[in-house]
Amino acid sequence: MIKVQNLAKVFGTKRAVDGVSFSVNRGEVLGFLGPNGAGKSTTMRMITGFLPPSGGSVSVGGFDIVEHPIEAKRLMGYLPENAPAYTDMTVYGFLNFTAEIRGLRGDARKQAVSRVVEMCFLGAVLHQSVETLSKGFRHRTCFAQSIIHDPDVLVLDEPTDGLDPNQKHEVRQLIRRMGEKKAIIFSTHILEEVDAVCSRAIIIDRGRIVANGTPQELRQRSEWAGAVTLRVKGVVASAVTAKLYQVPLVKKVTVVDDKDGHVTVRAFPKSSGNGALAQAIGEAAHEWQIEQLHSEEGRLDDVFRSITMPDTAKEAA
Amino acid sequence: MNSWRNVWTITKRELAAYFTSPLAYVFIVIFLLLCGFFTFFVGGFFERQEASLVRPFFDWHPWFYLFLVPAVGMRLWAEERRVGTIELLLTMPITAWQAIVGKFLASWLFLALALALTFPVVITVNYLGRPDNGVILTAYVGSWLMAGAYLAISCITSALTRSQVVSFIISLVVCLFLILAGFPPVINVIEQVSPKLVDLVTFFSVMTHFEGFQKGVLDSRDILFFLSVIGFSLFTTSVILRTHRAG
Repeated sequence: MIKVQNLAKVFGTKRAVDGVSFSVNRGEVLGFLGPNGAGKSTTMRMITGFLPPSGGSVSVGGFDIVEHPIEAKRLMGYLPENAPAYTDMTVYGFLNFTAEIRGLRGDARKQAVSRVVEMCFLGAVLHQSVETLSKGFRHRTCFAQSIIHDPDVLVLDEPTDGLDPNQKHEVRQLIRRMGEKKAIIFSTHILEEVDAVCSRAIIIDRGRIVANGTPQELRQRSEWAGAVTLRVKGVVASAVTAKLYQVPLVKKVTVVDDKDGHVTVRAFPKSSGNGALAQAIGEAAHEWQIEQLHSEEGRLDDVFRSITMPDTAKEAA
Repeated sequence: MNSWRNVWTITKRELAAYFTSPLAYVFIVIFLLLCGFFTFFVGGFFERQEASLVRPFFDWHPWFYLFLVPAVGMRLWAEERRVGTIELLLTMPITAWQAIVGKFLASWLFLALALALTFPVVITVNYLGRPDNGVILTAYVGSWLMAGAYLAISCITSALTRSQVVSFIISLVVCLFLILAGFPPVINVIEQVSPKLVDLVTFFSVMTHFEGFQKGVLDSRDILFFLSVIGFSLFTTSVILRTHRAG
């Protein structure tokens, strides 16, 4: 549904987006990750036709956003960053306006408005002016606007920003449900959201794509992926590490904690991603009193940091 | 057909926006007070002893509009940019032109309403004497076209900035030039410098072109002048909006 090829945007001398290519099909939810200023919003603004690209192309549902902007925009719903809405209107007036400009008239418009009001839980504030809304409600109002015409393509710039944990949960559920039938791109800083919602994630840094894969694949890139943490009682740390180094699959062992006779060590595997290491370690440690033994899944935030800030990530480790 | 529907949707929204804020009411009240005060006290409507609205009423319009029209036009784009709704508006399936024309039309219709509410002046002069109502009507049309020209200039300045105050001041200065280019004291100075320049300079003044309407003459050149100022300004607005986005 969305096809982005070699997209670039230059502001003055700064290359905000530099050769970004990806595509999103129907039924996919693409998470767009990256530090602030990486070019996420700029990319989204080009996809939605707000900013003209300096290079490359975007096509939505087969329509080029530059050549056929109206047709492409018709297929898209867009939630801009910070969820802007006309402050002088009521929620109902605002949704009516957006429905009308999307070409919905008469009964179709009424149905569309009441559908999104229900989906986004806006019933309580329907006749309140947007200006007086709390941030969460304003956000949902703008979100409602983006899905009012039931678009095939949704572009959401930080859809859960500024929401409380319950609202975040609701919005994620909503995105995931809609993702079954639509092509969705959404940007976020919150990595757990990627796990909760995305079928695929892209990490973008300094205008370039630095990682692209399913959340599972990205996690595999973590140093932590497949590492095994072991806590035992009544042994000295050096004895534990020595023994673990004898296990053939182990690449490195670090002592995490050692006090009052409780020793916690972490063993990193030579090749990541299977349960064999935990099994082998379990066998090697059978003569000790095991208090804890578990296998790490790999952490997205770790991957994110090591990719976007390679220097500091090494220092921290 | 469809494109006019989009224009009309925008126009309706903008008009509603005027009336949900106090701006519309404040504007109309101030405009009517000014009109009344200047017509009857400063303009010497009664002392003239003639059934005409030209000198006491319409003569003041270019000066009223100088302050009031930039106030109406300043929020059109500046507010959209400040709040960020411009990003919503321009990613809707409409063209930038439809948005520009829709917004302009809303403000222009609003000014038409304010102008129409001066009808008691017309009733007064008809009650007291036998004015030429044809002249009054053409003067009203001219006044409305002139307001449209000012408004279109305010559209440009509004698109230039996200601050309404800056927009207001710049469009006020530009409109002042359009008045002064036809203002007798200024013309006298230009005449002393170079008599040849007078025609050229006064051609660009709204005063020169409004004069004809006040005499009851509907000259196509005057109409064309105002319409081309409007067209040119709206075109400039679209260019500014595009370059702003091009970064």
